[in-house]
Amino acid sequence: MENFSGILTITVFLPLVGAIIIALAINGAKSIRYFAVLIGVIELVLTSVIFFGYEKGGAQYQFVDKTSEWIPFDSLNVNYFLAVDGLSAPLVLLSGLLGISAIFASLGIKQRVKEYFVWLLVLQTAVVGVFTALDFILFFLLWELELIPMFFLISIWGSGRKEYSAMKFLIFTFLASAFMLIGILALYFSTGIHTFDMTELPSKIQTATLIIPSGLIFTLLFVGFAVKLPVWPFHTWLPDAHTDAPTAVSVMLAGVLLKMGGYGMLRVSVSMFPNVITEVAWILITLGVINVLYGAIVTLRQTDLKRLIAFSSISHMGYVLVGISSVAGAAGNATVGLTGAAMQMFTHGTITGLMFLLVGLVYEKAHTRHIPDLGGLATRMPILASGFILAGLASLGLPGTSGFVSEVLVFLGTFPVWNIGTLLSAFGIVITAGYILWMIQRTFFGPSIERFNNVRDASTLEAVPLAILAISVLVIGLFPSIISDVFQLGISPIIQGISDNAASVELGSNQNNLLAFIFN
Amino acid sequence: MIPENVVWLILLSPFLSFAVISIVIRPFFNQFRNVSSHLTIASISISLFLSIWFLISVINNDVSIDSYQSQSWISLGILEISIGIISDSLTAIMLIVVTSVSLMVQIYSTSYMENDSGYSRYFAYMSLFTASMIGLIMASNVVQLYAFWELVGLSSYLLIGFWYHKPSAAAAAKKAFIITRFGDFGLLLAILYLFSNGETFAANGLNSLDISDINLAAKTGILASGVVTWVAIGIFAGAIGKSGQFPLHTWLPDAMEGPTPVSALIHAATMVAAGVFLVARFFDLFHSSEAAMTTVAVTGVFTALFAASMGLVMTDIKRVLAYSTISQLGYMMLALGIGAYGPAIFHLFTHAFFKALLFLGSGSVNHATGTFDMRYMGGLRKSMPWTYSTFLIGALSLSGIFPLAGFWSKDEILTHAWSSSMNISTIVYIFALLAVFMTAFYMFRVIFMTFEGDFKGGAQSDPSLNLINPDVHLQESPKAMVVPLLVLGLMSIIGGFLVNPPVNLVVIPEHWLSHFLHADSIKFNFVVAILSSLIAGAGILLAYLIYGQPKLISHSVYRITNPIHRVLINKYFLDEFYESFITTRVIYNSIAKSIDWADRLVIDGIVRQIGLVSRNLGKIIAPIQTGQSQGYGLILSLGTILIIVIYILFK
Repeated sequence: MENFSGILTITVFLPLVGAIIIALAINGAKSIRYFAVLIGVIELVLTSVIFFGYEKGGAQYQFVDKTSEWIPFDSLNVNYFLAVDGLSAPLVLLSGLLGISAIFASLGIKQRVKEYFVWLLVLQTAVVGVFTALDFILFFLLWELELIPMFFLISIWGSGRKEYSAMKFLIFTFLASAFMLIGILALYFSTGIHTFDMTELPSKIQTATLIIPSGLIFTLLFVGFAVKLPVWPFHTWLPDAHTDAPTAVSVMLAGVLLKMGGYGMLRVSVSMFPNVITEVAWILITLGVINVLYGAIVTLRQTDLKRLIAFSSISHMGYVLVGISSVAGAAGNATVGLTGAAMQMFTHGTITGLMFLLVGLVYEKAHTRHIPDLGGLATRMPILASGFILAGLASLGLPGTSGFVSEVLVFLGTFPVWNIGTLLSAFGIVITAGYILWMIQRTFFGPSIERFNNVRDASTLEAVPLAILAISVLVIGLFPSIISDVFQLGISPIIQGISDNAASVELGSNQNNLLAFIFN
Repeated sequence: MIPENVVWLILLSPFLSFAVISIVIRPFFNQFRNVSSHLTIASISISLFLSIWFLISVINNDVSIDSYQSQSWISLGILEISIGIISDSLTAIMLIVVTSVSLMVQIYSTSYMENDSGYSRYFAYMSLFTASMIGLIMASNVVQLYAFWELVGLSSYLLIGFWYHKPSAAAAAKKAFIITRFGDFGLLLAILYLFSNGETFAANGLNSLDISDINLAAKTGILASGVVTWVAIGIFAGAIGKSGQFPLHTWLPDAMEGPTPVSALIHAATMVAAGVFLVARFFDLFHSSEAAMTTVAVTGVFTALFAASMGLVMTDIKRVLAYSTISQLGYMMLALGIGAYGPAIFHLFTHAFFKALLFLGSGSVNHATGTFDMRYMGGLRKSMPWTYSTFLIGALSLSGIFPLAGFWSKDEILTHAWSSSMNISTIVYIFALLAVFMTAFYMFRVIFMTFEGDFKGGAQSDPSLNLINPDVHLQESPKAMVVPLLVLGLMSIIGGFLVNPPVNLVVIPEHWLSHFLHADSIKFNFVVAILSSLIAGAGILLAYLIYGQPKLISHSVYRITNPIHRVLINKYFLDEFYESFITTRVIYNSIAKSIDWADRLVIDGIVRQIGLVSRNLGKIIAPIQTGQSQGYGLILSLGTILIIVIYILFK
């Protein structure tokens, strides 16, 4: 299959080209900023074209860019292969939305402007690439590419213990990627596979003789995704990285990078290992519940605005795991649960992206993020206060906002499969209401404080990215089928694969405990 | 027949008003703030007018419960969430209550909020609330219902915290949202449980999320009785939160931190009645489970008494009314619990008018005196004749005095309890009578403390307000405030007898409301009516003896009841228990603190230990890398020899 429409290639590499142009040809902070905004806007247009251009009745994979000319050793079978399906198309759009928001949020950067925008644009290429690459080697390459700009962005333009946090992020992710690479290679070298094509792998794995047990390969790959999501207990890099990163990088990190983990789970762990995933679904629901409740309870104690939102992200990403755990149930429920998990990734991306933008602005104006020092800001900054209330309400799953849709889908899909687990995780919405409203009350309500008498509200320029994300939160809250219909097109083939497989495989073998599943 | 699009307009009209005020008027044209109130009043008038049209269509049987097709909102294989209109008599009655009370309150607010800097914001929130409430009433799908249920909670949050610069208001708003969310959690679980029984529904051609299908499945026994009970209890948990029933009632008295018209509309007449409405909406479901019915009845009767007892001692006029509201909602709940569907909705209907009247009356009093504390009022009868007479009508109606509205609805509940064959109905009846006594007592305590005797200075003498220049002007409130009082006063007089008359009136047939709601009509019982009137009269008399005739017996009463008084004024120490003990000590300082500690020191500690180990390992090995080629050569040769030796040994 040789196919090349080029749109997807342009979408993925436009930011990289932009970065190279900035590095080589553009001087002066102002022109660099304008140029970066231009790239961001074009990128948003391109990602929208891909999302809205994805034909719902058409082929599963669209906008295919595929060539074997990339690494011209035919025996290796490594291809350049980009395409989107229902699962990735919304995430591409999400990257475009947050990409432009991050660029807008970076306009206030004063230090080493050129380098900053170069790295930010490289990051954009990496994330869009991860969501569209369908060759495992290309996927891994882009997955790793994302680390380099992140490391520099945090360690140079961050605050607090920025070097420590950047290094911690790097080591965690890099270590996890090492496991992932072994998993990819183990698959490749198994008899009867010899391909990196992620669209062919699901069916090939079922008939192949694997060189190591499928449970082990699953675990190797899953660890890579689990660190990114992050799954408890691999989460401790996240609060540090988020807190010390500059605003725009926190936005990208929480908004898009965490979703790479969830995307990987759906694209790889669920579709390629249907037997294993249904066997370990009880582990997923357990970890999901821990993520949700543990994250939420720790959030209750946070007094730094950014750290608070970082921990709330851990809690909310737990719902992705909860949703995925519904694969163990009937096909109908699993469709709802997995679509819910995918929706949760999208909605959390926009909601938390908005939150980090707002925190960044509050910090810039009030010069503190320490909640006990804040108070009464609603009078001084009504736009930021309204934005915060909207984002907070979306975060606690208020109907009319996107947060409600994804959480309710996760609950509806998973409850019939895991009653108690879903019940426990649903209690997270009560705790979320607790910390979100507490934070809003302490930060924005109460009598105004004298030292904040001169703080200003967001300027028009600063309000642009806020508006982009706020509108997307509301639009998806009111008309969720814009996104959910597309996600469903990506989820259905995965569920179909699981049911086909369940029909052909005898169930009830002695794979009931964890050790047995890994080692036999 | 009223077309479907027009019915949607009932909801959209106030919603558009909210959108226009908050997106256009407030940010860009805040100097023309009167536009906000006019827009709100106009939009709610449209809703009221259309609601009347809708009511007439339902009365004439032009519209039946499934007249309107629902639209798909989200569709994922077996999951089909659609939004639609449930067009039955309950919807029609509730629409009238909400839109008419809301309209009165908005007119009143134009004057009450006149000098507030958040004028436009206030009307935007009020429009949002009215829209959400209408949406809740019309919802035909449980997810749709849940969505509006939460939006109603949001508007309540925004309006309680309207004066967000006041720490007490901000705290009360948060408290209201979080406590009701505990109840909402139950409602959510009920929805999930219903959906997990989707196959049972589907096998009978029903949708597990459609409200009339749920009622049908429960009634016809399609749904197993255990499922029915648990679903009903989950739904009731939601009702407990919203309607301030024990043990989730503590937020409602604090909600009085909001502007008074908000208390009248949201925390008295409409939103808090949503819990009663919810149980009524799923009445067939509740009725199919005896356990659920008993739970509702017991919770209701306990709350009715429990809240009334706290109302006896409060000195803040709005708090007395708040506890009265909780108590009256308990009354409606107990009615539902003993199967008195018609009387419960009838009482909801009459209560909405006289309770809104009482709250607006207290706002009028506050307008003149600047305080809500009754200890600093007194003697207002002469200076505020209209407020006084309408307030008196409200108090008499609430106390259940013939022939006012409250008498008829309360009497129906009592008669039903009297004649019901349920086991608990005798106990329910006795406790309900006790609540009648307390209600009459605390309402007339308010009347005597506020309107009789001598004026005690208002805001000037209230130490808690600590105002430099208190605004005390003893005169009747402006027309925009008095007219709504008169309209509501009129409804509090005739709203009972005319709506559900015991005999055929000229144009209104006997027991019109009961028939309209397809409920059993309850025959008027003279014994019950006379007994309850006597008991209410006794309550009024006692209030007169203690508060109407100062220094008669009040001091000796105080001395005897002092310990009880202490418990009551501290609200049975429940707020203390929830906030200081459970929230602060157990959750925040024990559970969260230890997990947070473990996260930093144990989990992240392990991570850092691993880092340290590898770094130290590196330090140990590093000296070997001397950079001298002789050394490397030596190790290389030794290694080669070692491999050869091993090869030979193990060959």
